[in-house]
Amino acid sequence: MTPDQARQVIEEALAQIAPDVDIGGITPDTDLRDDLGLDSLDFLRFVEILSGRTGTQIAEDDYPHLATLASAVKWLAGG
Amino acid sequence: MPALGADMDEGTVLEWLVKPGDEVHKGDVIAVIDTAKSAIDVESFYTGTVEQLLIGVGQTVPVGTVLAMIAEPAAQPAAQPPPAGPVEHKEPERPPRPAAPPKRKLKRVPAGEGHPTATISPLIRKRAHELGVDLAKLRGTGHEGTVTRADVERAAAGQQAAALKPPSRAPSRVRATPRARRLAAELGVDMAGLTGTAPDGSVKEADVRRAVPAREAAPAREAAPAREAVQPTAASAARSGAERAQSMRQAIGRLMARSKREIPHYYVGNTVDMTRSLDWLHERNRELEVSERLVPAALLLKAAALAARQVPDLNGYWLDDQFSPADAVHLGLVISLRGGGLLAPAIHDAADLRLAELMSRMRDLVIRARAGRLRGSELTDATITVTNLGDQGVESVFGVIYPPQVALVGFGKVSERPVAVGGLIGVRPVVVTTLAADHRASDAMTGARYLAEVSDLLQRPEEL
Repeated sequence: MTPDQARQVIEEALAQIAPDVDIGGITPDTDLRDDLGLDSLDFLRFVEILSGRTGTQIAEDDYPHLATLASAVKWLAGG
Repeated sequence: MPALGADMDEGTVLEWLVKPGDEVHKGDVIAVIDTAKSAIDVESFYTGTVEQLLIGVGQTVPVGTVLAMIAEPAAQPAAQPPPAGPVEHKEPERPPRPAAPPKRKLKRVPAGEGHPTATISPLIRKRAHELGVDLAKLRGTGHEGTVTRADVERAAAGQQAAALKPPSRAPSRVRATPRARRLAAELGVDMAGLTGTAPDGSVKEADVRRAVPAREAAPAREAAPAREAVQPTAASAARSGAERAQSMRQAIGRLMARSKREIPHYYVGNTVDMTRSLDWLHERNRELEVSERLVPAALLLKAAALAARQVPDLNGYWLDDQFSPADAVHLGLVISLRGGGLLAPAIHDAADLRLAELMSRMRDLVIRARAGRLRGSELTDATITVTNLGDQGVESVFGVIYPPQVALVGFGKVSERPVAVGGLIGVRPVVVTTLAADHRASDAMTGARYLAEVSDLLQRPEEL
C-alpha cells in the first residue's frame, strides 16, 4: 500500500466514524483520539475499518502506531 | 404520546411505520417520534390491529395524547385465553413505567367485524420468531395481504445480508440520518422511495432534497400506499441544527435542575487498581479479531451492573416519597452526541450479559444514539446510570442523578499512577470510581459498600 492509499483509507474511515469532523483540517500531527474526540468505541471501529479495508492485522499493541495521521500512514504503508 | 424520559413534555410524529389494518405486537416499533433531544423509535405497548392513526406526520402533541387506536386481536393466538364473546371495551393494564408515565398511551377499541386484517397463522409466526423476523415490518404478498412463509423467509435472507453491515438495524426500515428524516417530514417526502448515498447506505439530507423535484415531476407516483399521508402541518416537524442544540440544552437543563432541586445528592469516591483487569483484557484481546475485542469500559460497566445487584438500595426509583427497588439491572449509559448534548439509554439486564454481549450492546447503543435510532423503552427503563468520561481525559466525574433514579456511577480515565503496593511504590493503572446517590433512598455507607463491591469485582475480571 502506498502512503497516498493509506491516507485515503484513513480519511474514509474517519469520515465514517466522525462525520462532523472536517477531514481537510486534519494535519499530520493531529492526535486522532484526543483532538478528534474519538472515544474508545469510536477508535475500535476505526481500527476495525482499517483492518477490513487494508487486510492488515492490527493488534492492540499496534494501536500507538495509529496515534496521528502521519504515524498511521507510515505504519500502514510500511506494513 | 409516551413520555420518553422524565424530561419530555411533547413530541412530534416523524414517521408512522404501521398503517390501519396492520397487526402489531407489544414491543414492535410503530412510529418515529421526535423529542427535544432526538428522534426515537417508539414501540407498541399492546398487541392488536391498528385501527386508526390519529396524529399525522409532522404534528406535535403533548405527552399523554392518544396517537393511534389499536384493536384487540379478535382471537388471541396463545398467550391469553381467547375472549368468549365480542371483545370487551376495557382499557388494558399498562405496564409499569416508572419514568414519568403519561396519563395514557395507545388505547384499544373493540374490533369490529370483517376488518381487512392481514392475519398471520401461528405457524408463520413461529417461523418468523425462529428466524428473528419482525412481522410488523413485513408486507404480505398472499391473499388480501396475508404474510406467507415465503415472505418471512425472504425477509430473513434480507436480514442476514443486512447483518453483515452495521448491527441492529431493521432491514425493512429505510436507513436515514436524523436530519434527513426531519427534512423528509418537512418536505413531505416519502423515505421509502429514496436511495441513500451515505457510506453505509443511509439516506442523507441531500438525498431527500434531490427527491423533491423528482417527486413534483411525477406527482402520480408519489403516494406510497404503505405510508400515512403527510399532513400539511409537517413543516413544524423540522428542527434545524441550532434549534436542536437549543432544545437539547433546555431539556437537559430542566431535568438536571429538577434533579438538583429535588434530590439531596451525596457523593463518594474511590481509586481502583486496574492492573488485573487490564492484564486480563489485553491477554484476551490478543487472540481476537478487532470486532470481538473488549474495551476497558465494558469491564467497568459490567462491574457497575453486578454491584448494583449486590447493593439493591441504589438500583431503582424514588417515587411517591419512597424508594421502590427495581427487580432487574437496566444500566443507563450516558452517551455524548457529536453535535453536543447527551442521551442516557439503558442496556437491559446488563448484570446478566456476558462481557462480549455487553460490549456489542454498548457499541450498538452508541451508534443508534448518534443516529437517532433509539427505542422508547431504552430511554425510560434505566434503573441506575453510568457516566464514563475516561476517554475525555478527566480523572473523575461526580454526576447528577437522573430522576427518578437514585444513583449515578462515574468512571474517570484509566491512567498510570504511583501506587503503594506491599510497602513499595509501584506504577499501576488506576481508575477513579465515584458515586452520586440520593440521600433519601440510601446513606453514604451504602454508597461506600457499592464502590467497594465495584473494586472487588474489577480484581476478578475473569468472573465478570
